[in-house]
Amino acid sequence: MRTAPTGLVLRYGLLTLLALLILLPFVSLVLAALHESGATVAGLALPERLHWENFALAWQQGGYNNLMRSSFIVALSAVPINAVCAILAGFSLAVLHPWAGKHLSVFFVLGLTLPVELIVIALYFNLRNVGLTNNYLGVIGGVVALLLPFGVYWMQSHFASMPPSLVEAGRIDGAGDLTLLRRVLLPLSGPALTTLAVLVFMWTWNQFLLVIVLMQDPAMRTAPAGLGLFVGQYTTNIPLLAAATIITVAPIVIMYLIFQRNFISGISQGAIKE
Amino acid sequence: MANPATTEVVRPGSPRVRTTSRRSSSATRRRRTKALVYLAPALLIYTGFVIYPALNTIQLSFLDWDGVQAPTVVGLDNYAQIFQNPELYRSVLNALVLIVFFTVIPVAVGLVMTALLMGKVRRGMTFFRTVFFLPQVLPLVAVGITWRWLYAETGILNQFLSAIGLGSITRAWLGDYDLALYALGFIGTWVMSGLCMMLFLAGAQKIDPALYEAAKLDGAGPLRQHLSVTLPGVRPEITIASVITTIAALASFDLVFVTTDGGPANQTNVPALLVYRLAFTRGEVGTASALAIALTVLVVVFVTLIRRITREAS
Repeated sequence: MRTAPTGLVLRYGLLTLLALLILLPFVSLVLAALHESGATVAGLALPERLHWENFALAWQQGGYNNLMRSSFIVALSAVPINAVCAILAGFSLAVLHPWAGKHLSVFFVLGLTLPVELIVIALYFNLRNVGLTNNYLGVIGGVVALLLPFGVYWMQSHFASMPPSLVEAGRIDGAGDLTLLRRVLLPLSGPALTTLAVLVFMWTWNQFLLVIVLMQDPAMRTAPAGLGLFVGQYTTNIPLLAAATIITVAPIVIMYLIFQRNFISGISQGAIKE
Repeated sequence: MANPATTEVVRPGSPRVRTTSRRSSSATRRRRTKALVYLAPALLIYTGFVIYPALNTIQLSFLDWDGVQAPTVVGLDNYAQIFQNPELYRSVLNALVLIVFFTVIPVAVGLVMTALLMGKVRRGMTFFRTVFFLPQVLPLVAVGITWRWLYAETGILNQFLSAIGLGSITRAWLGDYDLALYALGFIGTWVMSGLCMMLFLAGAQKIDPALYEAAKLDGAGPLRQHLSVTLPGVRPEITIASVITTIAALASFDLVFVTTDGGPANQTNVPALLVYRLAFTRGEVGTASALAIALTVLVVVFVTLIRRITREAS
């Protein structure tokens, strides 16, 4: 399309301005994190000396050894469990035509609108009765289940979008259901699976309410849950709080930068397909 | 040989498929039952950890229970509370105000930006897309802490206001009785605007350019083109952006928990925060459950409304 150069400059100016509005808070956060611990920081101010030791200090005071371990245990368990369940269910719904398949699809999709608040109270008491509070299994089960509606729906629409001739050819070769899934469909599902995995990792990592309810033991909480409490203790120590915040988001930001294509397509397609 | 009738490849009018399916209907039945085995793990986990607790919450909402001692059945009393207790109904009203900041403003910003930017910028879009999606991937707890700092008395917002000569209106924004809710809401605007904009721009790219040519031939100016071609063209994206952001507004917990914790003086209290406090610190499990149910009903009503409104707009 032809556009006058001035128009183009204005448009890029506008985009840059918006990008700055998004990035400025983080610039402010990083600068704050580099001030001396306990110092009063003024908005956007360069520290006299870069206090990198804040990160070590925040790591130690926030108990990040435990928090990070919990976060990774929960996220790295939730991703494969969710993926396996979602693959099997999506395959069944899209290809195998189970009894009441339509109703079951709707049953899963229903979960996309249910807020965590609806389940968290009863889930706490249910898990307490069977001794699964303060237990990784409880949290993992909870997040896996909360993200299954998306996972099942994502894999179902992925399998349904594959050319029917693939399934047909597999069947003619005499492939059973499981062989069809493993040998024919899954090898072609790399991108869809990567996207599902990074989204489930992110949503699990970021889960807050479920974790603070199901994990009363501070040492077993995940990084964001720990950070949520750290805030209460260090309200006025902005540099330390900023450093802890950066530590908490670092893994997710690194993943985002590596897998940005998957994140972006997942968030937008996942939304649109609905 | 495998039975084609059980796969995606059934095509109406294909005689081979039709005869096969009639001949082996018992095999088909067996296959369709076997298909349930593949669904079992997902169904079990989803039912056990989501559906069963959800139904349990309904039961709990009819009880007066502190979580420890024997509960007593109180019927609909907990629901009546929601309408009678100012703390509860004001929290619902606050959540409705948040919809303006999480949904209405971001959708409007997204539409304006789409009008200004669509089709004209290509280079560097990957960079901008990465930046505009960034707030979507960060834990809201971290976003909240960042904004606490921006809004603080010595934070960047007040620094900026002083710099442009508005030093007189600086304050601790999240502690301001009248403005705290709006300050909180604006964080939602910051989180959601980029998402709306990127969704709409992607949607607008799929619009047939011939429609714009036709509109131009009919003498439509840029604004008219936007209203009668772009707007209807991105309707599915508007629907979904509104649904996602409205759910985020009504059920918001993390942001409020770390920024204001409902204060000052309950001015920013929201249902999700109360559900948590009532159930786990105040020992009013029944009331908390009723509020959680009410919140869910509110979410479902809004999602249905949004879908209906945007469908009728066609």
